[in-house]
Amino acid sequence: MRFYEFEAKQLLKKHRVPLVQSEVANTAKEAKKIASDIGGPVVLKPQCIAPGLAAASVKEAADPAAAKTIAAELLELDDGGRKPKGILVEARPKGEAVYSLSFTYDGTAKRPLIAAADMAGKIDDLGDTHPDRIVRRHFSAHYPFSDYIAKELAKSLGLEGNDLKAMSRIVSGLARLFLKYDLADLDITSLVKLGDGNFVALDVEADLEIEARNRQRAILDELGFAKDDLRQVREPTDFELEGARIDAEDPRGIISPIAEFDGNIGLVIGAGGGSLTLTDAVRKHGGRPANYAAIGGNPSVDKARRLTKLVLSKSGVDKVAVMSNVVSNTRADLVARGVIKGIIELGFEPADKILIFRVPGAWEADAAKILEKYGVEYCDRTISISEAARRAVEKVG
Amino acid sequence: MAVIVHEDFQFIVQGITGREALNFTRECLEYGSKIIGGVTPGKGGREVYGVPVYDTVREITEKERVDGSVITVPLAFAPDAAYEAIDAGVKEVIIITEGIPRKDAAAVVEYADLHGARVIGPNCLGIIVPDVCRFGSLGGPAVDCRKAFKPGVVGVMSRSGGMTTEICNALTLSGLGVSTAISIGGDPVIGSTYADLIPLFEADEDTKAVVVYSEPGGTAEAELARWSQEHDSRLPIVAFIAGRFMDEMPGMSFGHAGTVVNKKVDSPADKMRRMREAGISVAEEIGDIPDLVRERIGN
Repeated sequence: MRFYEFEAKQLLKKHRVPLVQSEVANTAKEAKKIASDIGGPVVLKPQCIAPGLAAASVKEAADPAAAKTIAAELLELDDGGRKPKGILVEARPKGEAVYSLSFTYDGTAKRPLIAAADMAGKIDDLGDTHPDRIVRRHFSAHYPFSDYIAKELAKSLGLEGNDLKAMSRIVSGLARLFLKYDLADLDITSLVKLGDGNFVALDVEADLEIEARNRQRAILDELGFAKDDLRQVREPTDFELEGARIDAEDPRGIISPIAEFDGNIGLVIGAGGGSLTLTDAVRKHGGRPANYAAIGGNPSVDKARRLTKLVLSKSGVDKVAVMSNVVSNTRADLVARGVIKGIIELGFEPADKILIFRVPGAWEADAAKILEKYGVEYCDRTISISEAARRAVEKVG
Repeated sequence: MAVIVHEDFQFIVQGITGREALNFTRECLEYGSKIIGGVTPGKGGREVYGVPVYDTVREITEKERVDGSVITVPLAFAPDAAYEAIDAGVKEVIIITEGIPRKDAAAVVEYADLHGARVIGPNCLGIIVPDVCRFGSLGGPAVDCRKAFKPGVVGVMSRSGGMTTEICNALTLSGLGVSTAISIGGDPVIGSTYADLIPLFEADEDTKAVVVYSEPGGTAEAELARWSQEHDSRLPIVAFIAGRFMDEMPGMSFGHAGTVVNKKVDSPADKMRRMREAGISVAEEIGDIPDLVRERIGN
């Protein structure tokens, strides 16, 4: 879950990581006031979630009047259907040297990793452009963080004397808060050494592990996160909200995630990897999916019924393809029952609305029997996912 | 031969009285697996399908050889269950539990490394060596499991449990069959990656080729590509990457926890390029996998 930069900075401030002077403006007028309090040129950062938008929209203002004009523009940005959550107005001190730090998990080593460079930027990008400027150190998620790791990292960045000590303190502090708050990624893309020898963090990006949101509720509350705010890259549509509601109202099985696309082929598909594969397969054969779904964990008849009705009620959708990988846990017969019930409740004939039914595996013989009764062909495990998708696309025309 | 498990492989189930565990314990027993005990704190003394239930792992390891453990306890207790198994000397640990934060997964895996234990998962279904041993919940009811997994020459590693069965089913239908199938888990930090496991397939004389199912997110494919370039491997590898549509939707996550596309190395297009450069055949469509395998093994 993406933090807004001002939230990430609140977290850093709480742990005494030195930061540049900054404040959030919610109106253009406030931006002017903050800029004049700071004095001198400022940087204006719209607080956005959509990937890359915040970084691409940062502007400088030479004086408070300019800050007001620019802030007014930035406040109107479209952040995936939302407005920015204010503008972070910041001082921009000139530094003697600049560094970047990145904390993440290395899936290869299966350990947390600190990467640092003696230049500004996102370590991922620097890895492409300046691989020789990056130093890396793994650390432990099992044992408490030891300061010497930060010291060794600072040393390998070429720092000495007070710089080495100051950098080590910052790295240690960040590593500890990275672990403490279950962050998945933490990037200080610009860490500046000032003329007086002190270091300050200018640009910060942080992501909280979504699976840890419950145990991190205290800090999320402190930062003002709403309970259901998952920081999606765009606002959920009505279709997606209804899908989430259907999923939440019945604990038997899952139909999540569900997402809306602009195509015409309704998809009642599963499960996790199967849905990814099926969505690709439909597109590969020239089809345009109307939605994404991932049914799994053996959903009830009622859940399958409601999902089918939701998908078939979407504008532009005339028919649904019901497909899945070979299922082990989900019962094919319950899916068949739910889909047929949903279609009949909408006043249609199942045979007219089902492009294909390819759910092989558990209880497949029962599923085939139910479908036969309604004149719907049952595709078994001998029909590959690719072939099933091809047939569905062909049938929709 | 087989990878990780073998005919005499004896394992336990931690969380054996849970709904899901009851199902797969029965399924494993019907498949012929040797489950010698189960653990649920407070329920020691009971039996599940003839399998004795204990309060602690150590009560079992003190009496008998325990080769592996399947962990399917609720989220909040999963890391503790893994520590318990590792401390009791269990060397092969499968973690089925979903939703474990990556910090906890990394901590468990580090601890396992220090104690010479291997972790498969979290968020995986386990291992099947067809007709030899099923270790975990992969494949569903024994009757379905036998349909989808027939003994053969192809090793399978997959980030998706469901797609492990799907791919094995296709390999079985095509007559190639499966040597060992491993559902490795879909999380950003897992105990055993493709590159960790590929040497085991390399050493397995039954395996003539390996199929890998992959998704957006992470660097495991780059790591596998590097391994296969650096080692003079006898094994042709055929890979399939699902979720290519996500390339157009940066920041969105559709599949497992590890699938967000937000870093350059994550994109399916990059993964495919890297793998092809390393001599790995990348299937354009899931249905192409059996033919590609045949082509590569000259059969």
